[in-house]
Amino acid sequence: MTEEIRQIIADHGRLSVDAAGLAPDADLYHAGMTSHASVNVMLALEDHFDVEFPDRMLKRSVFESISAIEAALNELRAETPVS
Amino acid sequence: MSVSVDRDQAFLSAVSRVADEFAAPNADAVDRDARFPSETIDALREERALSAFVSPELGGGGVSFAAIAAGCRELGRRCGASAMVFAMHQIKVISVARHLDGAPWFEDYLRELADEQRLIASVTSEVGTGGDMGRSIAAVTATDHGTCTFEKKAPTVSYGEHADDLLVTLRRAPDAEPSDQVMVVVHKDQATLEQVSSWDPLGMRGTCSPGFVVGAEFAPEQVLPTPFPRVMSETMVPVTHILWSNLWLGIATDAFDRARAFVRAAAKQKPGETPPAALRLSHLMSELSLLRAEVGSAQSEFVEICDEPGRERLSEMATALRFNNLKIAASEQAPKVCQGALGVCGIMGFKNDTPFSVGRHLRDTMSASLMIANERIHHTNASLLLIAKDV
Repeated sequence: MTEEIRQIIADHGRLSVDAAGLAPDADLYHAGMTSHASVNVMLALEDHFDVEFPDRMLKRSVFESISAIEAALNELRAETPVS
Repeated sequence: MSVSVDRDQAFLSAVSRVADEFAAPNADAVDRDARFPSETIDALREERALSAFVSPELGGGGVSFAAIAAGCRELGRRCGASAMVFAMHQIKVISVARHLDGAPWFEDYLRELADEQRLIASVTSEVGTGGDMGRSIAAVTATDHGTCTFEKKAPTVSYGEHADDLLVTLRRAPDAEPSDQVMVVVHKDQATLEQVSSWDPLGMRGTCSPGFVVGAEFAPEQVLPTPFPRVMSETMVPVTHILWSNLWLGIATDAFDRARAFVRAAAKQKPGETPPAALRLSHLMSELSLLRAEVGSAQSEFVEICDEPGRERLSEMATALRFNNLKIAASEQAPKVCQGALGVCGIMGFKNDTPFSVGRHLRDTMSASLMIANERIHHTNASLLLIAKDV
């Protein structure tokens, strides 16, 4: 999952550094991701992982690093009953 | 509880008195001459109103946020520029007080602010960022003798010349991204201000907000440890929108009061007949009610969210949308009410020297949609709406 997230960030995060070299806990905003770019990352994550982030998750801290995004996705998947 | 209610009431009656005795009689001169409302600010100092929000442990008044907002409204009814200076000062104080996180330099700073009733201005906008407060070009730069410096080109610094201290947003370091910002507080005697533009605007003339190149040398402890993006989303943005909206509501309320006084005067001249302007006044009342309702409900929501443990909702996008909407709605509705009042009062409102003059009110509130431009906020909202769910 980490690599899929990393790819989405590389495609949509508009970082000023290469996403391939990012540590999982590196601050994406410090790496140049703007608020506008973060919205595109969120949309791409929802699309790719077929989830919807509820409003309580739509905040800076949830999307500030690869590991934070991974934790949020895991939390969402744990909440969703498997059909 | 009763102690805090008493504090709020004492604060509000003091601010109302200052508004009546100092802001009102000087409002026309402040506006005409585009001069700083020094009588009002000095009188607020006498009442220790500049440290009203600071906790009593640090020597402040311990007044609630709602009372500060009501104070902005009261001042707005008498002099828009005085209210704007007061509101901007409170925005800085509230931002420091809520995010100092035990930092000793900032605790001492608030004590000093309370002791000396220091006025704080902000250097947040910057030439080259297109009005985006969330990005900086100027950076905190370490010197080789343990201090820090910066130089920032600011297109407007409200009452910069009259302030005792400056709150400045900067990039964390020369190699930091534009959005990697920190907040710095410097004393005026640590700073140099070179005025680079004039100040002869349409309204809010007493805020005295020309452009400056600001530089300073300061200690590393004067950088607030909490990152600025957090201060901005949790406090500075919603507090700014709520305090500004309250003072715009105050200005619009006075314009309405003047229109009502005009209609009453007309009714007295022809007893038994309802003057034609009375109908317009009725229409105007519903416009004012909309403004009042929007400001009141947004403020209540903010107070409610702040009372929740962890204040988590403050950093959510849906919350950002909520307060962005307040700003857009209030900044458009306030001049609408003032223009409606002009329609009621007619030529007596258009003239600048009658009891029914509303020209200053209209001009002052026309600044509202430009201060943090509404179009910029719409761009942000458009982006947030792509992802926010329950707005």
